[in-house]
Amino acid sequence: MILQVQHVTKRFGGLTAVNDVTFDLPKGQILGLIGPNGAGKTTLFNCINGVYPPTEGKVIFNGKDITGSPTYKAAALGLSRTHQIVRPLNELSVEQNVVVGACYGREKLGLRKATAVADEVMEFVGIRERADQLASSLNVAQKKRLEMARALAARPYLLLLDEVLAGLNTAEVSSMLDTIRNIREQGVTIIMIEHIMHAVMSLSDRIIVLNYGELIAEGTPDEVSQNPEVIEAYLGDPELAAQLLEEERA
Amino acid sequence: MKRIRLPGLWITLILVIGVGVIPAINGSASLRESMFTILMSVALASSLNIILGYTGYVSFGHIVFFGVGGYLGFYAISQLGWNILPAMLVGGLSAGILAFLLGATVLRLRGAYFALATIGINEAMRALVINIPLLGGPVGMEMHFSEYKKYGGPMQALWMVYWGVLIVTVVTIIVSYYVKKSKFGLGLMAIREDEDAAEVMGVVAPRAKTWAYVLSAIFPGIIGVLFFFKNGNIEPGDAFRLQFSIELIVMVMLGGAGTVLGPVIGSGLYQQLRKALLTSPIFKNIQLAVAGFLLLLIILFIPAGAVGWLRAKSVKLRRVLE
Repeated sequence: MILQVQHVTKRFGGLTAVNDVTFDLPKGQILGLIGPNGAGKTTLFNCINGVYPPTEGKVIFNGKDITGSPTYKAAALGLSRTHQIVRPLNELSVEQNVVVGACYGREKLGLRKATAVADEVMEFVGIRERADQLASSLNVAQKKRLEMARALAARPYLLLLDEVLAGLNTAEVSSMLDTIRNIREQGVTIIMIEHIMHAVMSLSDRIIVLNYGELIAEGTPDEVSQNPEVIEAYLGDPELAAQLLEEERA
Repeated sequence: MKRIRLPGLWITLILVIGVGVIPAINGSASLRESMFTILMSVALASSLNIILGYTGYVSFGHIVFFGVGGYLGFYAISQLGWNILPAMLVGGLSAGILAFLLGATVLRLRGAYFALATIGINEAMRALVINIPLLGGPVGMEMHFSEYKKYGGPMQALWMVYWGVLIVTVVTIIVSYYVKKSKFGLGLMAIREDEDAAEVMGVVAPRAKTWAYVLSAIFPGIIGVLFFFKNGNIEPGDAFRLQFSIELIVMVMLGGAGTVLGPVIGSGLYQQLRKALLTSPIFKNIQLAVAGFLLLLIILFIPAGAVGWLRAKSVKLRRVLE
């Protein structure tokens, strides 16, 4: 198991954003994390990589308890992530952004080697020709790729992707899907939060579903999409949902 | 023939050394004194730039390191009869250690809170020194004239201090350049742009910030010793002058925060402006107000400063100016 999340709970005052979530993630899989808006998906990511400590529960990464340790420790151990709302280092060039990932990630490379890795990764995600531009000058799709490049440059074992497809057009989505598949080919384990259902269903080996902070379903994409509770969480009315699904299939 | 390596460094160094040796060529003492002020500003502004420009933390009370280093160095020279070199070492080290200790606490604060805390530290230090009789309390300390004899008389001593400040300035610029070009500097700039994102990428921000703060404190500590040795006396009001601290921020912003050349240009320009204002009957009393207004204009219209503005203008300039 590369990641074990055990009874993780996160409360903000009276609000329980994540409630007693437990799951295991074997190496090499893509795990889809879905749920309606406000279900606590990003909060769960934040608990895993240490943006804030969980109120209760444990996060074990590669056999090491990383519960509540700062984000840079997680990064050093090989856990990288992207942000739902992109956070480019605006006044630095695209290349510098990626070099930061390589310099301070798992391998802690020196500048020269990091630059070589950055070149390779920028090529891989398709932003190489933008290397000398300032990160602030990229468009949204490119910024999402930049997020990904930075995370990959760290040579992570586990990659958390937070809605990397949101805001992209159809062509961009399909090219991003190819990129994600390629990342998996390289042996990186992935957890992805995604709202675009066909994308997450086609990519994921397994899916877990959060609703109001609780894990309500877990299984293969097929199992999950048939689960009445999941359908209800998304659409409110199971009968309407079933009907909609039928139409989708037709 | 290879292209000149590190043009950004050489341009800055040639400028500083070229201007720095002029007083020696014409032997003018008054020119030497005004050049001393400029070089001192260059070194202080370049140091401040490491924490302000590279790391993005506005250290408002940065002059505290100048004051603490100056005080301890001056004590060693005037009361213990030390030579100036070990005193400079004491000045630099004490400022660095102070920054290290403060780093663990005040660097947890961000934005305006950090800026306010640094002002508080400067004022607290001033108050502390005023209450230490050993350091002369509110009246400060004086140095016996005979101290200069060790260096061949006052004339030689003043020239020696001048060369000292030129060397320290050059070293500061070299350090500033290599910090900017290093992995460490890249981490600092990542912190400046987005500290949380930098940490997610693995930058150990608390450690990096602390070392940046230490580095930016050492040179002001050394400069403090040189300045007060030249002065012959030290008082709390001179050592912890918040006004000078604010002027340093203007210099860095004017030339371009986060660039190597910027603080050099900014200090030169600002000191020239200051001289002009101080000698003008209209402006001499509102010289600081003009500095404040200038800072406002810079932040509103050219937040990148002169060098930053030039760098943004053309790719060629970006290659030669750092």
